[in-house]
Amino acid sequence: MLHTLSLVDLASRLRDRSLSAVELSQHFLDRIDNASKLNAFITVDPEQVRTQAESADQILSTGDSHVLCGIPLAHKDIFCTEGMKTSCGSKMLDNFISPYDATVVKRLANAGMVTLGKTNMDEFAMGSSNETSWYGPVLNPWSEQRVPGGSSGGSAAAVGARLAPIATGTDTGGSIRQPAAFCGLTGLKPSYGRVSRYGMIAFASSLDQAGPIARSCEDAALLLDAMSGHDPLDSTSVNNAPSTASAQLANTISGLRIGLPKQFFEDGIDPEISRAVNVAIETLKSLGATTVEVDLPNSAAGIPCYYVIAPAEASSNLSRFDGVRYGYRCEDPVDLADLYERSRSEGFGAEVKRRIMIGAYALSSGYYDAYYLKAQRIRRLISNDFDTAFEACDVILGPTTPTTAFGLGAKTDDPISMYLNDIFTNTVNLAGLPGLSLPVGFDNAGLPIGMQLIGKFMQESILLNVGHQYQNVTDWHKAIPQEYQA
Amino acid sequence: MRWECVIGLEIHVQLKTKSKIFSGSSTAYGAMPNTQASYVDAALPGVLPVMNREAAIMAVKFGLAVGAEINQTSIFARKNYFYPDLPKGYQISQFEVPIVGAGSIDISVGEKTKTIGITRAHLEEDAGKSLHEDFQGQTGIDLNRAGTPLLEIVSDPDMRSPAEAVAYLRKIHTLVRYLEICDGNMQEGSFRCDANISMRRPGDELGTRAELKNINSFRFVEKAIEFEIERQIEVLEDGGKVVQETRLYDSDKHETRSMRGKEQAHDYRYFPDPDLPPLVIDSDTLADIKKSLPELPEEKTARFICDYQLSHQEASLLTVDKTTAEFFEAVLEKHSSLTAKLVANWIGGELTARLNKESLTITESAVSAESLALLLSRVNDNTISGKIAKDVFNSMWETGDAPDNIIEAKGLKQISDSGAIESIVDEVLARSVTQVEQYKAGQHKVLGFLVGQIMKESRGKANPAQVNQILKQKLES
Repeated sequence: MLHTLSLVDLASRLRDRSLSAVELSQHFLDRIDNASKLNAFITVDPEQVRTQAESADQILSTGDSHVLCGIPLAHKDIFCTEGMKTSCGSKMLDNFISPYDATVVKRLANAGMVTLGKTNMDEFAMGSSNETSWYGPVLNPWSEQRVPGGSSGGSAAAVGARLAPIATGTDTGGSIRQPAAFCGLTGLKPSYGRVSRYGMIAFASSLDQAGPIARSCEDAALLLDAMSGHDPLDSTSVNNAPSTASAQLANTISGLRIGLPKQFFEDGIDPEISRAVNVAIETLKSLGATTVEVDLPNSAAGIPCYYVIAPAEASSNLSRFDGVRYGYRCEDPVDLADLYERSRSEGFGAEVKRRIMIGAYALSSGYYDAYYLKAQRIRRLISNDFDTAFEACDVILGPTTPTTAFGLGAKTDDPISMYLNDIFTNTVNLAGLPGLSLPVGFDNAGLPIGMQLIGKFMQESILLNVGHQYQNVTDWHKAIPQEYQA
Repeated sequence: MRWECVIGLEIHVQLKTKSKIFSGSSTAYGAMPNTQASYVDAALPGVLPVMNREAAIMAVKFGLAVGAEINQTSIFARKNYFYPDLPKGYQISQFEVPIVGAGSIDISVGEKTKTIGITRAHLEEDAGKSLHEDFQGQTGIDLNRAGTPLLEIVSDPDMRSPAEAVAYLRKIHTLVRYLEICDGNMQEGSFRCDANISMRRPGDELGTRAELKNINSFRFVEKAIEFEIERQIEVLEDGGKVVQETRLYDSDKHETRSMRGKEQAHDYRYFPDPDLPPLVIDSDTLADIKKSLPELPEEKTARFICDYQLSHQEASLLTVDKTTAEFFEAVLEKHSSLTAKLVANWIGGELTARLNKESLTITESAVSAESLALLLSRVNDNTISGKIAKDVFNSMWETGDAPDNIIEAKGLKQISDSGAIESIVDEVLARSVTQVEQYKAGQHKVLGFLVGQIMKESRGKANPAQVNQILKQKLES
């Protein structure tokens, strides 16, 4: 079955021409069609898929192709794709056809990958359940009454149901790792600056990073290597050579020092999650790793700090959606103020408006010092905590989320409880570090449990190496929801 | 009791970079609307700014020229407000840490010299333009200007009269053109100015200020400030209070009127732009920029006085812009026999008059430095008189012909042959019996009349010195 083959296996069949890119992409297009109830995709353009696949086949027949040539993928609808709708999950951009490709899209297209479509997401990436999308919620393939997580919920549901072999996501406070955890997947948020943000619609510029949502560390490493690297169009992209994580997967992890922050194992965590994570720690120990307790004393300040900085940046980033040049414009505006007010209040959903208001407030004169500036100081403290912790260990380990996938609608009326879902993930964005979520078991309800590994700046390869070694001796990452196995 | 006005200026200098400050689009003026607006300039979703280093280098040049501190690490900030010609909904500017810190510049008004403090100068991007014509009640937006680099130069409130404000503005205008960081074109908006004006009793604290927006000529700056001073005095003397507000100068009606008051003032919600890392000018770059600085106006003036024995006024006139000074030195270089004074007089006189008449700059002069040097060398070697030279100059301007050809073709060579001059003198004296008698009776002022007659008879070609000498000889013999 093509949808259970790893990227490496698919690549070798494509290369020996026992499989064509057209066949492969058609296999996934059919699966997407059959799983439309998940609402994982906003846009699928079979014609464009065929064109791209045919051109990949042509390159493959020359024998000189990138390892990912001909492999289909899904892009979160936050990445601009030339000639295709790029909605960011919002009514505001429902009519927006991008005239250009994001750097990530371009790099993967240049490698010969085939874009299956654009996946559903929380509006402007603001949400942890994919319920703020203007295109409606996405269902978790493990349980249709549950959310897939967010904001990259469509990408996670798509890969979880094997509608795509791999997908891109973005992560501002946990938006790759949390849905990966909820859908039993491997999701990596790279170090800030590792992957270009050009063409990725900005939520919070100092926190946003693009990364892979994959079935395994091996797959994730291949995609990361292809999408990363310096981009002169993004001044915050780090001037390093692209990642070479795939080449380091086989390294031994004997002697690896794993830091366990006591703050990540305190009360409030689902005991089934603690249990699964502890079992995974034992597995890593059996592979030669050692553990050490570390302290991240300012972790609790992460959520309040994040919910000042991210909305502050968002309030400014989203100002360009004003109904003037593109996107939604209200009908018959009477004057300029009316044009702005109605275009924005009709075009944005409730969560986006809430965050714009929080952000504008935090930046306003008289409140700036008390909120924005204070949050920046806390951010520095959080970052220092990690630096100190990393003096004693090579990676930091804990649960990805405090709970497994929650029910649809369970938290929509309680933003604070929704925000608290990112409690273990958002400090990693605040510090600009790489974070990997990988599946380590299931709870009693049969929902996947995710474990997070946090690395030093630019050390994605170590995270993927550790994850890969773990996945070599476990099968959690191979589990597929019953309905989507065939 | 007297009132004292306190004036501070904010000058927006468009930097002469080829491309915009955060995108690769051209900054050339006058293109069809929106043909120089990239995805970045139009603020499409997902685009990001990339700093044009050239703009930073130009800002540093300015900073060094006014002896300012250079912040080797400066920060870009977002200034948030909504306007249709501001595509991102924020302007990228510098707020807390500008690239150029405190400096100063000296101005002269009449005989007085005064130092004006410069608070800071920061980099920012220009906005686009709203076009209110031709859209049937709707407004068009042209984003060609959006993203053009600006250096905003903020002065201390050190000026005390409209004349000082204009002198300061001119000084900065001269300086940025010397540094070749701005074309100085006020009509095209490359050099714009806002003025902050308040009144107080001498010695008192600063009064409440009004800000005058976008005054786009030297003349208007003076008039707008004059009007505003009178307006504020009137308000104060009637027992009223000046309100803090932004006012717009209307040059047609010669008045200022309120644009928005303090309560309508924007809260710009400045914060550091997370898309741009701090702008770093390392010490090597700073040293290189320092080395690349041209001779500045004051240094040049001093050198002209010293090297060419010019008066301060002559030297200042020649150094008012770099191209004039270069033209002057080019003329002198062509013919080392020429005196600096002669060249200075010609550039300040005939050439400037003609350029003004045709609304041209000296680089567009129809008579090149080389041709002017040739012409003046003919005055110097007595081939023609200074007066004839003016006619030759005009012919050169119109025909582009070489001075020697014109002199030859029109037979304008000066007559220095004493015999020939004597015969003209004799002729004139013969028909001017009355004047000769008057002269002999002691009325020596008729001499001028007689010289005039002789010059006229020679069609201006007689050597004036010889005419004088021969005439006196004959009258006194």
